[in-house]
Amino acid sequence: MSEHAEVVKPPVTSIGVVGWLRQNLFNTPLNSLLTLATLYFLWTVLPPFVRWAFLDASWFTPSQVCRDGAGACWSVITQNIRFILFGFYPYDQQWRPMTAVVLLLGLLFYSRDRKNWSKWLGYAWVVGLASMGVLMAGGVPGLPAVESTKWGGLPLTLLLSVFGLTAAYPLGVILALGRQSKMPAVKVLCVVYIEMIRGVPLISLLFMGSIIFPLFLPEGITINKILRAQVAIILFTAAYIAEVVRGGLQAIPRGQYEAAESLGLNYYLTMRLVILPQALKIVIPPTVSILISAFKDTSLVVIIALYDVLKTSQTVLSNPEWMGFSREVYIFLAILYFLGCFSMSHYSRKLEMELSTDNH
Amino acid sequence: MTEKAESRPRPDSEVMVEIIDLHKWFGEFHVLKGINLKVNKQERIVICGPSGSGKSTLIRCINRLEEHQRGRIIVDGIELTNNIKNIEKIRSEVGMVFQHFNLFPHLTVLDNLTLGPIWVRKVPRKEAEETAMYYLEKVHIAEQAHKYPGQLSGGQQQRVAIARSLCMSPKVMLFDEPTSALDPEMIKEVLDVMIELAQEGMTMIVVTHEMGFARSVAHRVLFMDGGQVVEENTPEEFFNNPQHERTKLFLSQILH
Ligand SMILES: Nc1ncnc2c1ncn2[C@@H]1O[C@H](COP(=O)(O)OP(=O)(O)O)[C@@H](O)[C@H]1O
Ligand SMILES: [Mg+2]
Repeated sequence: MSEHAEVVKPPVTSIGVVGWLRQNLFNTPLNSLLTLATLYFLWTVLPPFVRWAFLDASWFTPSQVCRDGAGACWSVITQNIRFILFGFYPYDQQWRPMTAVVLLLGLLFYSRDRKNWSKWLGYAWVVGLASMGVLMAGGVPGLPAVESTKWGGLPLTLLLSVFGLTAAYPLGVILALGRQSKMPAVKVLCVVYIEMIRGVPLISLLFMGSIIFPLFLPEGITINKILRAQVAIILFTAAYIAEVVRGGLQAIPRGQYEAAESLGLNYYLTMRLVILPQALKIVIPPTVSILISAFKDTSLVVIIALYDVLKTSQTVLSNPEWMGFSREVYIFLAILYFLGCFSMSHYSRKLEMELSTDNH
Repeated sequence: MTEKAESRPRPDSEVMVEIIDLHKWFGEFHVLKGINLKVNKQERIVICGPSGSGKSTLIRCINRLEEHQRGRIIVDGIELTNNIKNIEKIRSEVGMVFQHFNLFPHLTVLDNLTLGPIWVRKVPRKEAEETAMYYLEKVHIAEQAHKYPGQLSGGQQQRVAIARSLCMSPKVMLFDEPTSALDPEMIKEVLDVMIELAQEGMTMIVVTHEMGFARSVAHRVLFMDGGQVVEENTPEEFFNNPQHERTKLFLSQILH
């Protein structure tokens, strides 16, 4: 029985729930105190909230029932859901924006997996976007035309953000490359653009787009208001993306450029095949932060009287019948925006993991 | 040693690289002060000299990673000017191996090798991959084809870098201190690959302080100091009978 021959087991770290609790929640006096304080806080807050939000809540009732009850009035959402989601879009035609939204979300969901990226998916997007446009605008046999001034609610929010983000990203990359350019004119142009845009708030760009810009247009020419807001959002977001991407470009060692160039790759191929794949990967986290805040910023279009989903909800609240149920409406909106933002950040983490080449 | 030297294939008399009165400044700093060098096809040149003497700058001028301000560089009959098409053409025919490998970390070893052939030479992917595997076998590393560079040792990475250059079927290979970033035990595997390459008649310009390598494969050794070629000779003469004081000092330092 030699002691040296004994197999040494790793030290036991925790046993069951108690062990876990002890190790993670009560490992120091301060942590124990914090744990107890948190428990007390939850104890006082959770039960009343659950009672309000679920037990006493009214879900599908007229507003009068809500006023008599003690709990949350989710009826304000359910009774007005079609207005919140689709705004002033003609009531009997609302299946059209509905289909467009489902189509868009479906395509986004399917494109999530990089294994599905192919030529066919590209075609699917082209066909999908075209049919979304036709669905929304109509004007073809069987689909009466609906003016864009009547578009509102969720389709408008999604339109502004999905197009805003997908257009701003490549534009931002081009601006970042321009800022590094050896051609002085290009460089100055990009620097001026980026710094100017970053120097003004989005609200003022939206105002400029909707009020000042039309003053310069010749008589009789008008540009769609949604389009003007869309362009303002794209220009604004692109400037921020450009700065983040520039940071990524600077992190790439000179040797990478030299290796690519000494293979005979030209500037365009060097950037596309060697530099950008690495630089954009590094900046996924800050880029996603920008995209998330741009997504939320689309709600600023209310100030130029576009009815995005935030504005349609507020409109419901200004109806005397439903006045006063703002808590429920804003909780609903918060959940809606949270779902959007959370899926973006979740997706970015997944992407980062997939693209990692360090530890396979 | 002398036997080896005689068994070396005779350099072709055709000129591969010609450098005439080359001058280069970094700002005010005169780095290269009138370099003249003629390298024939299949010839192998070793350049050595103290740090900061301009060795890297010289060979980087040959594929225009640095721009020269005076003099002429002619590679395979094409003169290096500002003509970007000429530059890209020359770069695709001149292989370059760096001290720090400079592999593309986001691509697998195989993709590192096929990038140039596919995008510059427009070779079909399948064919490019076959060529890549051939050269990976040549540098004894075929089994790593699907790994990423970050998962390989320094010596393995440098051999991949050599194979990456070879995939472009270069007419001349430039090496800038290919072994000086490597741990001692990995130097030999890289030098062996370079020696095999030399035996097949590759035209090579090698900046290195590996004197064993210089003795066994070089036709000529150049000693640079202060931006000038101070001495130029066959390896035997260079090591056994250095002419210049500075050469003697340098050799005594690196050979202890
Ligand atoms: N990009 C650069 N800008 C300014 N000076 C440089 C640059 N590259 C090299 N030098 C200088 O030129 C000299 C020669 O450098 P280099 O050719 O790298 O020498 P070696 O390879 O012989 O050690 C050194 O003094 C170095 O500091
Ligand atoms: Mg050097």
